Amino acid sequence: MNEALNRIAELAQRVSRNVTFMEVCGTHTMAVSRSGLRQLLPANVKLISGPGCPVCVTDTSYLDAAIELARRPDVIVTTFGDLVRVPGSESSLERERAAGAAVRVVYSPADALSLAQENPDKQVVFLGVGFETTAPTVAWTIKKAAQDGVMNFSVLCAHKTMPFAMEALLKDKEVKIDGFICPGHVSVITGAQLYRFIPERYGIPCVVCGFEAVDVMKCIAMLLAQIAEERAAVEIEYTRSVNQTGNPAAQQLIAEVFEESDAGWRGIGVIRRSGLAIRKEFSRWDAGKSVTFRESSPHPGCRCGDVLRGVLTPPDCKLFAKACTPTNPLGPCMVSSEGACAAFYRYERKVAA
Amino acid sequence: MKHDRILLGHGGGGTLTHELIERLFAPAFGMKELEDSAVLESAGRRLAFTTDSYVVKPYFFPGGDIGKLAVCGTVNDLAMQGAEPLWLSLGMILEEGLPIADLEKIVASIKATAVDIGVKVVTGDTKVVERGKCEGLYINTAGIGRVVADVGSTRVRPGDAVIVNGNLGEHGVAVLSRREGIAFQTSVISDCAPLWSLVQNALVSGAEIHAMRDPTRGGLAATVCDIAVASGVGIRLQESALPVSAEVRGACDLLGLDPLNIANEGKVVVFCRGTDAGRLLDAMRSHPLGREAWVIGEVTEKPKGMAVLRTAIGGERIVDMPTGEDLPRIC
Repeated sequence: MNEALNRIAELAQRVSRNVTFMEVCGTHTMAVSRSGLRQLLPANVKLISGPGCPVCVTDTSYLDAAIELARRPDVIVTTFGDLVRVPGSESSLERERAAGAAVRVVYSPADALSLAQENPDKQVVFLGVGFETTAPTVAWTIKKAAQDGVMNFSVLCAHKTMPFAMEALLKDKEVKIDGFICPGHVSVITGAQLYRFIPERYGIPCVVCGFEAVDVMKCIAMLLAQIAEERAAVEIEYTRSVNQTGNPAAQQLIAEVFEESDAGWRGIGVIRRSGLAIRKEFSRWDAGKSVTFRESSPHPGCRCGDVLRGVLTPPDCKLFAKACTPTNPLGPCMVSSEGACAAFYRYERKVAA
Repeated sequence: MKHDRILLGHGGGGTLTHELIERLFAPAFGMKELEDSAVLESAGRRLAFTTDSYVVKPYFFPGGDIGKLAVCGTVNDLAMQGAEPLWLSLGMILEEGLPIADLEKIVASIKATAVDIGVKVVTGDTKVVERGKCEGLYINTAGIGRVVADVGSTRVRPGDAVIVNGNLGEHGVAVLSRREGIAFQTSVISDCAPLWSLVQNALVSGAEIHAMRDPTRGGLAATVCDIAVASGVGIRLQESALPVSAEVRGACDLLGLDPLNIANEGKVVVFCRGTDAGRLLDAMRSHPLGREAWVIGEVTEKPKGMAVLRTAIGGERIVDMPTGEDLPRIC
């Protein structure tokens, strides 16, 4: 392990300028914070987190819509656990549940479908949030509901895709990125080729990275090596699971059920072609059709948006660890276990000597 | 209180539970030192008294059941106070429709566990609630024990060694693996076990023991955070020394959980004078439940009231008190 650190130190010296690398995957955020890696890096290598935590980039208006659905007496809202505590503009699913709403945590959309079959008198809504990693299973479940004629199941869809969000950050003048640590999980599905336009059009190195601290260290060394050698390409550190082309069956499923759409990212705004919407053929299973999305705003003072763009590190937010803590989170980055603020709070809140 | 209703997280053993105790329960009854058991003096005898309720779902899980858990959990709370368990009460809340065969199995398990420990069930109560008002059954037990050692969570000092008797996170992962909606294949079984005889070995070893805790809800993280605050010390754990099986680690990766936050039901964390660590390890390892006993960290003066972890790659990070609702109804 010291070998990887030595290599980073050596390359950082060769590069001899300040460089900032962004990871765009919640698992990487956690790996960096949990391993204490940040403190071990040379002074001229900085790591920042991007919009890689699916819960964190989910817009307040989506949460409000989910809460509105949960309040209906004939609806059971099903969701992955992380979303339950995220505050909408007035409430959260957790509070609604305590007040009597039917909110169930599930571990797969297929469980939500079973729940719909067991409760024919209820409408079971699954909250479809996540990147290319979760989209295929949600697509499969919608297809299955259509095949089996399960009419009381639907998905409130806020699925997003990563490449155009990364591009939006590169175009953002406030954000300075010298290399991307690309998400391993997403790339298993999409293949590494997905990022090729980044080095080609923007000259920024990309390395697809596994999710252990050791992977992140190797990945940092690979990014530094590209910079030192004055080249930019998509390379794969996570070779044990990722190739260039990805998983065609999963891609096919996504394409069958979803279509590209514009999507609103919390803190970043609408990014063209960065979302997945449910295709017309499956609109019967689209819960978005039965609820209105109202404009809504997050907590005043919450700077999750700036954190997600990598402009602000969590401890520099005025609310961090004061008004906003994991027990009483004001923004999504403090709620999600993969959020940058939660990771900083849990693992890197200043350690006194 | 920050919330106007009880959330599931209030039962997680983390910061929300603490808030409830510190703001509502403790002030109402003038409680100051909050330990696993109360130590009471009566006619020159020192007795420990504790109570605990069990709502684990499902009530049969790999390595145990709610009955065994209801005996072990309460007896372990006495043992952590250095008390030999003597008597137990048994309160049963049963759901209409519960199969008698299941109840018989659970009662047999309670009996076997109590006999094994040498604790007597001396009083009890039964209530039945309508179908749907509880899931199968809930159990409450209270226990009384005879205090034989002076230990407590405020007595930990810089220089102490931190020792645990084996693999972490097995109870939580075993229960989760059978949870409806999560069920996954694993060979992990709950570590649910009565700790008194192991604790007895430790107490007679001659090592100067300052505190003992069973890292149940909230796991090792909640335990070390509690002790750091109560004793006003820093606790430094070594990641490379933490015993976590590959299976528990894999399950945690899959579910996005930290093994440090997962419940144990057969583990004891012992804080003893650093120079006595060797002697204590020998004593613990001579017991079947202590074969894998290991030093996992040390107590320092700073950072006061905090626990930190030296990571495998040589970094340092905070060990934080879990907020507490990732895994409801684990015990």
